[in-house]
Amino acid sequence: MSVAQGDIARRTAAEEPIIRLVNVWKEFAGNEVFRDLVLEFRRAATTVVLGPSGVGKSVMLKLILGLLKPDRGRIFVDGTDTTDLSERDLMPIRTRFGMVFQGAALFDFLPVRENVAFALREHKRLREDEVERIVREKLAMVDLAGTENLWPEELSGGMKKRVGLARAIAMDPEVILYDEPTTGLDPVTADTINEMILKCQRELETTSIVVTHDMASAYKVGDRLVMLHEGRIIADGTPHQIRTSADVRVQRFVRGDAMLSTGPTNG
Amino acid sequence: MPIRKPIATVGAYVGDQIEGLGRFSVFTAQMFRWLATDATRWRLLRPQLYAVGVRSLPVIVITGAFVGMVLAAQSYYQFEAIGRASWSGAVINVSVVKELGPVLAGIMLAGMVGGSLAAELGTMKVTEQIDALRAMGADPIRHLVVPRFIATFLMIPFLTIYCDFVGIVGGYLVAWSYGVDTHEYWMHSADVIENWDIFSGVLKSTFFGAAIALISCYKGFGSRQGAYGVGMAALEAFVSSFVAILVLDFFIVLLLNGVYDLIWGRVGVFL
Repeated sequence: MSVAQGDIARRTAAEEPIIRLVNVWKEFAGNEVFRDLVLEFRRAATTVVLGPSGVGKSVMLKLILGLLKPDRGRIFVDGTDTTDLSERDLMPIRTRFGMVFQGAALFDFLPVRENVAFALREHKRLREDEVERIVREKLAMVDLAGTENLWPEELSGGMKKRVGLARAIAMDPEVILYDEPTTGLDPVTADTINEMILKCQRELETTSIVVTHDMASAYKVGDRLVMLHEGRIIADGTPHQIRTSADVRVQRFVRGDAMLSTGPTNG
Repeated sequence: MPIRKPIATVGAYVGDQIEGLGRFSVFTAQMFRWLATDATRWRLLRPQLYAVGVRSLPVIVITGAFVGMVLAAQSYYQFEAIGRASWSGAVINVSVVKELGPVLAGIMLAGMVGGSLAAELGTMKVTEQIDALRAMGADPIRHLVVPRFIATFLMIPFLTIYCDFVGIVGGYLVAWSYGVDTHEYWMHSADVIENWDIFSGVLKSTFFGAAIALISCYKGFGSRQGAYGVGMAALEAFVSSFVAILVLDFFIVLLLNGVYDLIWGRVGVFL
């Protein structure tokens, strides 16, 4: 292979989407969530998936991680078809991800230190002082230095989300999935979380997928915004393109105007 | 056709039950596979040993004591009527070590440990903690079920022995308060109770412990959303464990009687 061919091959690999959902169908008890969904996520970019509650945003994250299986269609992670992999085979793939759950999902039987250290202890053979160093570093990244010995029940909602973020980045994952990271938080705390997401993106250069219905958060953290509606994608573009979309369904959502029924005005 | 609906309902119910049994079998097989292939970490096991063993002890002791005392109070008058009051010790103590100790300790643990396991795991499910474990490449059965199974399996024989012991002491104290001769009371007890009786009671309890842990963890993992879902999981865990204990007890007694016959050539005195 020539140098030029090698460059092309490397560039192609880098441009290959890290996650692909191909013709995915999913329903729960007759309620169709996805109908032939096709969606790709680029590397080292922050993609925000928008949509009203119940549209299947969280389901999409769980499909990517293999926590749920699609009824039809395929899911690829870095070129590997993960659709039919067993739980055991999915384990090494999942270690490449970090997930911040909507309610933080901190293990309430473990203190903050052990929550953050969980994946490290599970997958890496590190000395105790090394584990401690990483835990302190990750907690410092989310402005929670010194909270190692607290228990989840002693934390506020915003602190829980930040510990959840520290836990998600403990293994320096390639992809971080955020499930409604700002939902239920006051505007200032929500903005703090947005700053944390941007900081993680800057410092760790990860691929981020954020599902939310918080437009302020979406505009702030997203490189690309995708909108789901009735099981399909109805808009896909930059924050500016979404803000100025001609689609009335998109405008209703981004403006939060249920009564909007005519075509939007730009800007 | 009016007949179709009830047939369909029964069919659907039977289908659901078979499907549930299949799921439970897969869950059990996965648990035993992790149990056989992976050393449970002490840091996961220790809190479970404490929760099942130490925290259950007061209730088990109270249960055992009152079972023994009630048996003594009931049986004293029966034996007194035939002039054999000191024989009551044999009945009380055999009943306690062979049946009432293990079964009532098992039922108490089904309520306490089983309900608590199902509620705890159910809450973890609805708050996405189980998904979080899976998302981090950890197996929830390995991390949550195996330590709870080992703890319940290991602790229940000790709890049964405690239950037996306080039952025997409680029975004796009541008999003594009625004026039964102490020497004769213990002598008749020792004549009737064999090591096999104590062993079979404790052995049975290990099966009860395994059933409680598996059923309760399974119900917790299958919990539906919300407070009602978690409450139902805890209730179903108790009821299913309770029924399992009674059914297991019957078949284990038949089996142990067969084993006893095979070794010693006769069945025990009371069972």
